[in-house]
Amino acid sequence: MTNLLILQGLNGLQFGVLLFLVAAGLTLIFGVMDVINLAHGAQYMVGAYLAAAFTGLAGNFLLGLVLAVPVALAFGLVLEWLVIRRLYDRSHLDQVLVTFGLMLMLNEGVRILWGSAPISVDLPEALSGSIPVWGTLRYPVYRLAILGAGLGVALGLWWMIHRTRLGMLLRAGASNRAMVSALGTDINRLFLLVFGAGAMLAGFAGAMMVPVISAEPDMGDTVLILTFVVIVIGGIGSIRGAFVAALLVGLVDTLGRSFGPILLRSLMEPDMASQTGRTLAPMLIYILMAAILAVRPAGLFPVQR
Amino acid sequence: MKRITRISALTAGLVLTALPALAEGVKVGVMMTLSGSAAVLGEQGRDGFLLALEEMGGKLGGLESEVIVVDDELKPDVAVNRARELVESHKVDVVVGAMYSNVQMAITGPLTEAGVFVLSPNPGPSALAGAGCNPNFFAVSYQNDQPDEVVGAYVSGKAARTFLIAPNYQAGKDHLTGFKRTYTGEVADELYVPLDQMDYSAELAQIAAAAPDAVYAFMPGGLGVNFVRQYRQAGLETIPFYSTFTVDEVTLPAQKKDAVGFHSGGDWAPDLDTERNRAFVAAFEAKYDRVPASYAAHAYDAAYLLDSAIRAVGGNLADKDALRAALKAADFDSVRGEFSFGANHFPLQDFYVTRVAERADGKFQTQIVEKVLEKPVDAYAAECPMK
Repeated sequence: MTNLLILQGLNGLQFGVLLFLVAAGLTLIFGVMDVINLAHGAQYMVGAYLAAAFTGLAGNFLLGLVLAVPVALAFGLVLEWLVIRRLYDRSHLDQVLVTFGLMLMLNEGVRILWGSAPISVDLPEALSGSIPVWGTLRYPVYRLAILGAGLGVALGLWWMIHRTRLGMLLRAGASNRAMVSALGTDINRLFLLVFGAGAMLAGFAGAMMVPVISAEPDMGDTVLILTFVVIVIGGIGSIRGAFVAALLVGLVDTLGRSFGPILLRSLMEPDMASQTGRTLAPMLIYILMAAILAVRPAGLFPVQR
Repeated sequence: MKRITRISALTAGLVLTALPALAEGVKVGVMMTLSGSAAVLGEQGRDGFLLALEEMGGKLGGLESEVIVVDDELKPDVAVNRARELVESHKVDVVVGAMYSNVQMAITGPLTEAGVFVLSPNPGPSALAGAGCNPNFFAVSYQNDQPDEVVGAYVSGKAARTFLIAPNYQAGKDHLTGFKRTYTGEVADELYVPLDQMDYSAELAQIAAAAPDAVYAFMPGGLGVNFVRQYRQAGLETIPFYSTFTVDEVTLPAQKKDAVGFHSGGDWAPDLDTERNRAFVAAFEAKYDRVPASYAAHAYDAAYLLDSAIRAVGGNLADKDALRAALKAADFDSVRGEFSFGANHFPLQDFYVTRVAERADGKFQTQIVEKVLEKPVDAYAAECPMK
């Protein structure tokens, strides 16, 4: 049981940092720009497809990843310039409608371009396989790499937000958008940057996951829902909140999925236990969210307004 | 969204001279899943059927054919509406479809009640094999449990403890039930995962912790792609991997080397050594540039079965009883070799265990390891009142 707990703990953390990469962009876009972006999950999918396509061209996943990230950024910038820019002065309902439509278009777009069959990518030799972590239990090297990369990005974001001028503007923007604009900052350029960076982080997360889950249309939809849960728990606009909440959601979801059925199995048939456990496990996240919001209505790390 | 494609033999430019009125031809509805991630299966089925039709010059049993391809979107409610359209607007005589059991269950009743014959290129749900067997329904594939029974029988002598995993829906439970029917060893554990899950890290950790002698998986389509790759990445490949519909020609282009050596079970493989099959595989690969899967082979057989039956009744589609008897006779040359129908209109045919291998041309396919069951009668046939 200890072995399983360690493995599942690692799995939870790895899932958590992945959620953080997607949530970081979403929380800034929502917090700083006040835009609800339902197409954020689709940008995760776009990143995955870009990595798969570039890996196919370059013949090497790491090269594919390196090429996919700037293109995901460029894609975000173009999207902001073409569509999102027109939504800043609109109501949330309009934003939801447009970005939802965007999500459908992107899902259908990749289907037209790449077909509906999942596209997979081979891992580089150095990152494939597994290493022993505890006794006879092994853990995939690549998942450790995802964990490391996610933590690295989190550290980089923390430094940028707390130590640079851009970060200061972001924090100010999340607190009081009008004032930042009044003080002479080009708010449109700031928004363009935030949206592009958000798209890039989501794309990076998708690109890193291709060797594990392969690129498929609609793959971003489930991620999007979880990401919204993360940013609500963490406090909208707070990167630190997104980080803590993402790890929390990742751990609760993974441990709940694994140990829920095990605990229930002593009470009922395996398929029933599995079913009940699995119905309960996704609910755990929402129960967690409800509990946290009951105590802290603005999330764990609310942004001062 | 409506996706209706008409492929008429007339447009194929084969017959440009005087023609009998189309009313004298045969109208066939081809209902497959052609959207969503499951579309790869439906595309195989559609292409297999159209390839056979092309080989026959667009004719079935000497009659001009009109084929209406429709997408069931893997939604039973959508499928029922499309089926109704096929009957009412297109007045089809036969429907070849569907790809998934839930769709099959939804369309078979309404279609057969309207006097239409239904030929299944893939699903063989237990509900249509036993007490609910249907005179106008023919499974050109197999009964759903059979591939699992084959693998269960094969693994029995090889692994004392097996870990089972399947998605949490009816077919997932049916497949594991089929496996357990013939497997004599101990079930280490059984897991049911949601159909939309992509990351199986938690399940793989549980498999590693249980350390079974073998794993048996029914993880169809995209689920299988991710599961097999992650299985390999987690370093579990030392545990023998047995499955059905998890490593096949639909998933192998994505799984590639990760699936090599993994086992499956079924009634057909691309390397099945019959002359008919060699010709089919060569023609399919030449036309579509990919290795055919069982879905294509079954649909291809369905076209030739239909051809033989229409020829036997002299093109008189109005005589349903004669047409039914002619279909039941299965007087055609199947890619699977010996093929006949049992009393419940499900096939009597041989079953094999297969293993994934890389071919000399770099493509991947399943290859037959050994014949495990010879012409088994499915577990439900005895309950069928048809004689």
